[in-house]
Amino acid sequence: MDVLYFAWVRERIGLPREQIETDAATVNDLVAELRAREDRYDMAFSDLGALRVALDQQLSDFDAPLAGVREVAFFPPMTGG
Amino acid sequence: MRITVQEAPFDLGAEANAFAAGRMDMGAIVTFTGVVRDLPGDPLLAMEIEHYPGMTEAALTDIATRAQERWYLGDVLVIHRYGRMAPGEAIMMVATAAPHRRDAFEAAEYLMDFLKSRAPFWKREITANGASDWVEAKDTDEDALSRW
Repeated sequence: MDVLYFAWVRERIGLPREQIETDAATVNDLVAELRAREDRYDMAFSDLGALRVALDQQLSDFDAPLAGVREVAFFPPMTGG
Repeated sequence: MRITVQEAPFDLGAEANAFAAGRMDMGAIVTFTGVVRDLPGDPLLAMEIEHYPGMTEAALTDIATRAQERWYLGDVLVIHRYGRMAPGEAIMMVATAAPHRRDAFEAAEYLMDFLKSRAPFWKREITANGASDWVEAKDTDEDALSRW
């Protein structure tokens, strides 16, 4: 699946998007896999309360299932307007 | 309904006039414009706005559709910019047209409240002192949604 990062999440991880092969069942499982990879991921995901997640461009939750999802995006709370 | 996400500046007067033109049954047009605001103490050089292409348009369309379901509106316009802009430049505008002003005002406020914390934009402020900080979302913005 494609995993996208925006704003300071993108800056901390150091890239805007990547393709990830995963069997993670939920967003939380995917986050745990990413955090185990490297310190920069661990730091970016250290406070999930400060993060939002979108699945296929719809706002979702960290306990949502990933079955059938093609695009996951992580970002801080939005500041439009 | 028109939803536009663009980097280029827009002409507020021309957009408002075009939005209002040709409708004889709309007694009320409300427009709101968000403008880059200078900061007290540490002058702002620029604001940079990042967004999530695809999701941004979908989220704005969803918000505008819900406004149209809730109020009696003839039309809705949302223009939101991304990229770099200077203090005083317009960031975005919404416009609503309705037969009566209450629907137009309330729908415009609804659009703004949801657009601030449910449309995937992120602002960064670059100041004269060299700071370059992401603008943090405010609890009051989230609280504002509960009144709807």
